[in-house]
Formats: sequence, C-alpha cells, structure tokens
Amino acid sequence: MSSTASSSLHLAVALDGTGWHPASWREPQARPRDQFTAAYWADLVTEAERGLLDFVTIEDGLGPQSSHFLDPDERTDQVRGRLDAVLIASRVAPLTRHIGLVPTVVATHTEPFHISKAIATLDYVSTGRAGLRVQITARPNEAAHFGRRTIARIDAYDSPASLETVTDLFDEAADHVEAVRRLWDSWEDDAEIRDVATGRFVDRGKLHYIDFQGRHFSVRGPSITPRPPQGQPIVSALAHDTVPYRLVARAADVGYVTPHDAEEARTVVSRIRAEQDAAGRASEPLHVFGDLVVFLDDDPVAARARRERLDTLDGRPYASDAPVFTGTPSQLADRLLELHGAGLSGFRLRPAVVGHDLRAVTRGLVPELQRRGAFRRAYEAGTLRGLLGLARPANRYAAV
Amino acid sequence: MTKPLKQIHLAAHFPGVNNTTVWSDPRAGSHIEFSSFARFAQTAERARFDFLFLAEGLRLREQGGEIYDLDVVGRPDTFTVLAALAAVTERLGLAGTINSTFNEPYEVARQFASLDHLSGGRAAWNVVTSWDAFTGENFRRGGFLPQEQRYSRAKEFLATAHELFDSWHGDEILADRETGRFLSDAKAGAFAHTGPHFDIQGQFNVPRSPQGRPVIFQAGDSDEGREFAAAEADAIFSRHGTLEAGQAFYADVKSRVAAHGRTPDQLLILPAATFALADTDAEAEELAREVRRQQVSGATALKHLEFVWNRDLSAYDPDGPLPDIDPEVGDDHIAKGRAQVRMYRDPLATAREWRELAEANGWSIRELVINTGNRQNFIGSPATVARTVNDYVQADASDGFILVPHLTPTGLDEFADKVVPLLQEQGVFRTEYEGTTLRDHLGLAHPDGIGDQRVAS
Repeated sequence: MSSTASSSLHLAVALDGTGWHPASWREPQARPRDQFTAAYWADLVTEAERGLLDFVTIEDGLGPQSSHFLDPDERTDQVRGRLDAVLIASRVAPLTRHIGLVPTVVATHTEPFHISKAIATLDYVSTGRAGLRVQITARPNEAAHFGRRTIARIDAYDSPASLETVTDLFDEAADHVEAVRRLWDSWEDDAEIRDVATGRFVDRGKLHYIDFQGRHFSVRGPSITPRPPQGQPIVSALAHDTVPYRLVARAADVGYVTPHDAEEARTVVSRIRAEQDAAGRASEPLHVFGDLVVFLDDDPVAARARRERLDTLDGRPYASDAPVFTGTPSQLADRLLELHGAGLSGFRLRPAVVGHDLRAVTRGLVPELQRRGAFRRAYEAGTLRGLLGLARPANRYAAV
Repeated sequence: MTKPLKQIHLAAHFPGVNNTTVWSDPRAGSHIEFSSFARFAQTAERARFDFLFLAEGLRLREQGGEIYDLDVVGRPDTFTVLAALAAVTERLGLAGTINSTFNEPYEVARQFASLDHLSGGRAAWNVVTSWDAFTGENFRRGGFLPQEQRYSRAKEFLATAHELFDSWHGDEILADRETGRFLSDAKAGAFAHTGPHFDIQGQFNVPRSPQGRPVIFQAGDSDEGREFAAAEADAIFSRHGTLEAGQAFYADVKSRVAAHGRTPDQLLILPAATFALADTDAEAEELAREVRRQQVSGATALKHLEFVWNRDLSAYDPDGPLPDIDPEVGDDHIAKGRAQVRMYRDPLATAREWRELAEANGWSIRELVINTGNRQNFIGSPATVARTVNDYVQADASDGFILVPHLTPTGLDEFADKVVPLLQEQGVFRTEYEGTTLRDHLGLAHPDGIGDQRVAS
C-alpha cells in the first residue's frame, strides 16, 4: 500500500445532482435544470480533475430519490430524477485525461454480465480510469420497477428479520462482484492474436468460461468484452456496519466508511481488516476512505450560516450517515490529516452544494493539503489503479 | 409524371463480428479501443450521415462445441460506447442494438432516456429478440423464453418502455428557487403496466428526454417481424439490398403500416449494404473479388458449409468438391449464437442445390461459399456507386442504406470522401445537418408533436 507517507493521502468527491444537501438546488451557484445535460457533468468532472483528485463517484438509483430510507416520499421541494451514472461517466471520459470515473451500480436487480462489460468498456473509453461503486437496494418500490421478486420489508435496521434480508442482499452483491470480476478476467490479455497464417483471430485457449454459480444467479461466460486496460477496474462500496464491512473486505479495492472521530476510525479500520483476514485477503491492498459531507468557506461563520440557511429552506436540520463538516479548507485539512493518522488512506468528500463546495475542495482544500506536503502536485499515474497505488493484477485464469 | 427526388438517408455500421469484417488486412485497426469508434464516428459525421449503428451479441459464438475463432471476436458494451461517442460528435445519431429478452424495461428505458439527454437528442434503439438458452446461460433467468413468445415479449417490452418514456411530459421540472418547488407534480414518472410478460409499477426516474423517446429500429424479417415493424418502428434495418428484393420488401412493409394507423413516410426502410470502391468500375470489380476471398478463407468456407450441413466438415478440403454426405437435420445446431443458420429452413434442399451449382460451375467448397454468399451490394467507381445508390432509393428499393465497411476504422473514408460529394451534387443528400436531433435527420415527427422547435436540452 502506498498510504504510509502523508503525501499519499487520496481524495475523491461524490457527485450527486446539485449536491448532498436537499436544498442545494436552491443556492445561487446551483444549476438545477442543467443536471440532465452532458455539459453540467463535464464541468463538474473537469473541475475535480483540475484539483488533481483521484476520482469522482456518481450516485445512482433504480427509483426516484427519497428522504425516507425505504419508501418514496412524494416531495416536490427536492431534486427528483437522475441520469444513468455509468453513461454519465462514459460521456465525460473522452473529455478528461487523468481522473478516475466511478459510477454507482445497483447489484440487486441488475445483470452481472451487463455490468461487467459496461465497466470494462468504461475502462476502454477512459483508457484505464474506470471503477464502480456497488450498492444494494431493499426498497420495495424499486423491486416493483422490475417485478421479478419481492424483498422482505425492512421495518427496523436492528430486527433479526431485517438483518437476514440485508445480509442476503449483501451476499448477493458479493456474488455479483465476483461474477463481474471473473468476467473481466475471462479474456487473457493476449487472447487476441490475429494470426493471419492460421486465420485465427483469438487463441480460444485464452478465453475462459467463468461458470459462476450463486444463490441468485449463474453466469457461464466468457465476457463479450476483452479484459479491460486495468485488468480489474476498481470496485468500491459504502459500508456502515459488519455486514457491509464484510462486502468491502471480500470484494472491494476501496471501502467508504463514516467514522465521526479518529478513535472510531481506528475501530472501523480494524474491523474491516479483521473481516479481510477472515476472507483470506489479508495480503491484498484495500483502501479505507472516510466519507464526509462538507460545507466549506474561507470564513467558518459563512460556512455555518450557509448550512443554516439551507436547513431553513429544507425545513429541518440536515442529517447524514456521514459526519458533516462545516468550516474552512484549512480546518478540514486538519481534520483529514488526523483521520489519516488513524488509518484512513483517503477521503470521499460529499459537497453539500456542488456548485460551491466542489470548487472549495479543488481550489481551497487541495492547495492547503499540498502546502502541507500531503497531496500530489501533479497526476503521477495514467490509470486509476496507478493513482491508488495498486498494481495491475495478474489474471486469475492465466497459467503462471 | 415524375416524383420529386427523395432525399437519401445514410448510416454507418461499425464493422462487426461477421466474416464481412476483414481483420487480416494490415490496415485493420482495433475493434475495441475507443479511438477506433471515435475515428469511425467522426468520419460518418464529417460526411453528414444520419447515424452510426452498433450491433450487439450477448454470448461469444461457438461451433462444434468451441468458441468460433475465425472472425473478429469480442466487442465493447453498446450503451457505454454510444455515450462516449456523444462527446466526440455533435450531430450524428447514435443507434444501438439492445436485446429485449435479457434486459428489463425499467433499466433499458433509463439507459436510452439518459443517452438521449447526454447526446442532446441523438439516441436510437434497434430492438432485437432472442430466446436461446445458449445466450441465456449468461443471465439471471437463463433460457426462460419459449421461441414463439419472443415477439410477444419484444412488443410488450417496447410498449412498456414507451409507457416509461411517456411517464414524464417535459414540463414537470420547475426548479423555482423562490417557491422552493422543484417538481410541479409529485407523481412525475408514475406508471403501472400489467401484461403477460411484465407486471411493474412505480415511478420512472429520468425526466423526458429531448426526442421524447429514442428512435426505434427493428431488424426482423419474418412475417411477425415485419408486422411488428409496421406497427412500432421508425425505421427497418433490412437485409434486402438488391433492387428487386428491396422493392418487394419496401412495398410489402410500407403497405402494412396503414393497418396500424400510420403513414408510409413514418417508417423508413434502410437495408444494410456493403460496397467495393475503386477509381474505375473494372478496378472495383477486381477489389470486390479480392475482398470476398479475404472474407472467405478456406477455413471460413468449411465453417459456413457447416451452417447448412450441421456436422463437422473439418476433414474436407476447402479447395475440393462439396461433401457427398447429407446434412444432419435437427433442432440442435452445431453453430451456436448465430441467427443466420435459421435462414436455411430446408438444409437437404440447400445442400442439393449447392452441389448442383458447384458441379455446373466447377466450384470448390470455397468458391461455392464465395459465390453464394453475400457479394458486395455496390461495386464500382464513385460515380457508378453514387448513381446506383440514388437509383435504388428513387426506385423505392429503400429510403437509404446502412453501410457496412469491411475495414475498421477507415473503411468508410472513401465513401465519405468520394461518393457523398456526388450525391450532394445531385441534390439527394444533405450538405449540412438541418436539425440537431436524429428525428430531425430522419424527418420523423417528435412524439409530442413538437415541430422543429424543440425543448432545449
């Protein structure tokens, strides 16, 4: 792992509509109508690349956004509607050169075969900058959009029945990722031979059936898409508790976690490492990133006032699964370095108002971290794996 | 009386995984790297083509129990490439084949609506069906669909997708900072569909896209496929590229549309067409023969004969006579994942006919396959090809063509540089794009009845 020196701190931003605060679209810098255009996303990702960030994630979902954890809320005062995240990432890929592109994919109702070739293709389109952030959905309304299965209703997070449902969904997600990863490896790098003498385009001995068998699906393979430039694009997941920690430990290259202080960060990291040991992946590099929602202004009073103004517009104080940071870029740098010292190798910042806080990250926080020798001054690798200090992995099917 | 000249529609098919594509040529580039797609698309746009087309297959083909290795193998994901191409082109339509069997309407509708937004109204969907358990092995449900239900599922899939596209009307987003109303209607995107194949309900989460719905293509050729196209499609991707067959197909399909309450101009007929271009007609004939020999190697010829014989013919000499044994007739076919084997409905009769042809002409296996297979549709100098293309369109053999070059990614260059200017001189092909959306290029009405004034994307 590259995260021993402080200079190797990694930074990503999580893009979602006009920002993570539900009233963000009402800010003067917000472009609420533009979020359904390519130009909007090109501007955001270009700005993130200007700040030398490792990657952007793009939120997605198989139903309308909702303030309720399980059901649609029928609110008309918040942003509703979004474009497919993989296609947004692909649309901006030719317009950027260095930054990683990590769209959200939902494992619960989708086909591993389609997801695998889509992300492999994103890796081709971006010449080695693709990843995915895998997510589950237990929402009954989203299951009804597919009509193929019903998912037991989660009444409370901590009931045994809910835990069983959630565990099953995460196990399915782990299977999904496993099938996706095997498909990425189902072509060896040198499978395409174009041997004019024998008329063979491929060496079929280097194409592999993956024969994945899981509880929810089986996939024969091989992929229709050759092994992507990175070999294995980045897999990432957000995790708040043991069950998702296990998914991160078993399947991911990057986990996003939400500790509120350094001590909690240490605990979370050690729990993930324990799951990693249990999964037999102790020797494999696994980044653990802290997620924070950020309200950034040069004056801390201004940041607080902005948050209060938005809360008033929304009618209630903003609450998040992640810690909410309100302050200056310099104060945020202090906080990140402290958490970094507690074992987090990087951070995924969620701009409260993307039209304001993204620039505050790229033009405020980044220079501050650079001054402290804690962040890159130029892109030093050509692929997302390279930026994250991850080697290009060997193919699981290749004869050694 | 002479009719007014029809305007020709032209599209470019990215060279695919058939033996049409000559990968052995030293000029042949990658069919996976994005730079090939960008190069090809930019050529098509430079020539003011209507759209670019990507085919799809969801399982690598097999023959005799092994992955078929003589043609180009592998391709990138259709949606992902089209979205990226939207970044390197401005007006070119972006059309892709997406299967209605191994997908679900909610997801596909999201992807097409998103592509339409991200391209400013340039998305098109070629709806295909399949049922085979072979392809199904890559998907959650396996080979769940009986063959006779494939069109029924495709029709309901498309109808359901249209319900999803139409679930937003285009005026719901207020984004009014003062009143704090983002949406005018909490039920935006609400839908409910109940049918034999889909029982789904809820809210679609992509607002109405610039074209309202993507342009719909259909490629089936059976009676059922033609009826489906006459009812639902904006354009047919047909395989009838010759004058007589084209005219018969054109007349047949255009005569079917009235029964569905549509007019003939609402359904464009666009056959796939290959071509061989050279400075003179004689040189083009020579080039066409050479390309056919590249497309059909001895090994390829044997494999193509197996499509009919349905048995292992690897022991035969491709430069020798046809097998004297008869085809194996049965449902289980030696070639998997290949639609064209279904064209040979009576393999015993085809084998008999081919043996007689080969004997009469003194053809070897390879020569037979070259001569009975798909010769280039247009062969000649730029002037000859331009004249022929125009004659076909004016004679109602088609409304234009989807050109299938044999080289990646430069195979379109000569057509773009030498044939298109002649068509433009004759006043039958645009010199500039007149509109911004694919519907504009194809002269198709917007589903909301919006004329040339389009909702800003």
